[in-house]
Amino acid sequence: MNELLEARGLNAYYGASHVLRGVDFRVGRGETVSLLGRNGMGKTTLLRTLMGLTPSKSGDIRLGGADIRGWRPSAIARAGVGFVPEGRGIFPNLTVEENLVFAAREGADGRRDWTREGIFALFPRLAERRTNWGNQLSGGEQQMLTIGRALMSNPALLMVDEATEGLAPLVRDDIWRTLKLIADKGVAIVVVDKNLDDLKALCRRHVILVKGEVVFEGSTEELAARDDFVRSQLGL
Amino acid sequence: MSLILLQILNGLQYGLLLFLAASGLTLVFGILGIINLAHGAFYMLGAYAALTLTARLGDIFLALAAGIPLAFAFGAAIEWLFIRHLYKRDHLQQVLLTFALILVFNEIQQTVWGNYPLSIPMPSYLSSSISLTADLGYPVYRLALMAICIVLALVMMFVIQNTRAGRLIRAAESNPEMVEALGFDSRILFRIVFATGAALAAAAGILAAPVESAYPGIGDRVLIISFVVVVIGGIGSIRGAFLGSLLIGLADAFGKVFVPKFSSVLIYALMALVLVLRPSGLFGRQ
Repeated sequence: MNELLEARGLNAYYGASHVLRGVDFRVGRGETVSLLGRNGMGKTTLLRTLMGLTPSKSGDIRLGGADIRGWRPSAIARAGVGFVPEGRGIFPNLTVEENLVFAAREGADGRRDWTREGIFALFPRLAERRTNWGNQLSGGEQQMLTIGRALMSNPALLMVDEATEGLAPLVRDDIWRTLKLIADKGVAIVVVDKNLDDLKALCRRHVILVKGEVVFEGSTEELAARDDFVRSQLGL
Repeated sequence: MSLILLQILNGLQYGLLLFLAASGLTLVFGILGIINLAHGAFYMLGAYAALTLTARLGDIFLALAAGIPLAFAFGAAIEWLFIRHLYKRDHLQQVLLTFALILVFNEIQQTVWGNYPLSIPMPSYLSSSISLTADLGYPVYRLALMAICIVLALVMMFVIQNTRAGRLIRAAESNPEMVEALGFDSRILFRIVFATGAALAAAAGILAAPVESAYPGIGDRVLIISFVVVVIGGIGSIRGAFLGSLLIGLADAFGKVFVPKFSSVLIYALMALVLVLRPSGLFGRQ
């Protein structure tokens, strides 16, 4: 496969704690990949390390062939990575529209697939609340806004941490449906979540992290074939 | 009646000048997370630079026009040389370094301008007074000073509310890491914010110089009161800094006349009252 992002032998620490232990991770162009694991296994750290927000001690990260390890997060974002962090990171003192316009930029490859109106078409709820402040939104609306904001930079890769955590079932369905639409437009997606069935429906490849190490990597079919192992690793 | 009007004007004038100084401090504190004890020193250097620039350029307003970009460049250089190394360090190290900068700036002031109070001439065309009531005249320069401060405050608020740069500043005030993750280099943003803060403090110092002279220690007084403004208004809030500055200006002006024995503690009592009622300040985030 034509790799978009490829990390090899990543090691990252929080103080003395060795959080990522020689992680290999790759995402192809337009591919959807789930990142699974119990709490504290290194999923968020891996996304933050790929984004440049958490430094890696050693290893190699390539985006579109360019060595991006050590790059500033802003440079990685400009190179085509959109990031939806755990906890969402909405700007509470900006309106919905300002949150979106804030991030507007043509993609690293010159594409302008996503515009403000396109995001409003994707999330009609946001269009209704375009003049509301970020902190006046429900959790679901905030997540829609964070995803929309990341798309406004026309990324080639969208990384979503805890996509549906704390959201009502109907809103979760909305988020999964939207992620599918985004994937269908050719945007590669890495998603962290706890809903295994939804992840299997969205993603073609799955990676399980345990204590900072990759213990499983495979297709949806391979994941299904090792159901007992997977469920034991995820504590399901 | 005239006394009350006079004190309102004095309070507003002091408050507006204070706003220029405190708005920079609240931005630097709110966005960069830096406790910049050297902020008052920019005000002090502005006041002294007003002397030199007015002597060379012939007019305090030309001194202001030249002083603002000079102070911006100076602030950017200080950020690049010293402040940027503090962003990931704790407040104690920030306080130590910025206190050291105060000592250095004070030495520069003593070496260049000496240790005595120096008065800066008002422009002759603004040195008169105008009658506000039958028995009350008010210096025209002070009114002009207030007008300039109001214009600068309006420009600042317009930029923050309505421009891309303003959105960036508001976003960084709430979540600088996310701003970086969305493709904006926070190093440049932080440098511009710090330099803007320095320029605003220096502008206040330049404008105040013809009214209150330039003297050693002038920056320390402004620094302390500016921190009170930041606490009252809420960290990072320009609107809060504006309201807090005016409240302090008026409390100071009326306190000196009506409760002179307690005037020095009045603004701190006001700060304590705000902290009791709204611990995060008038416009601070809860």
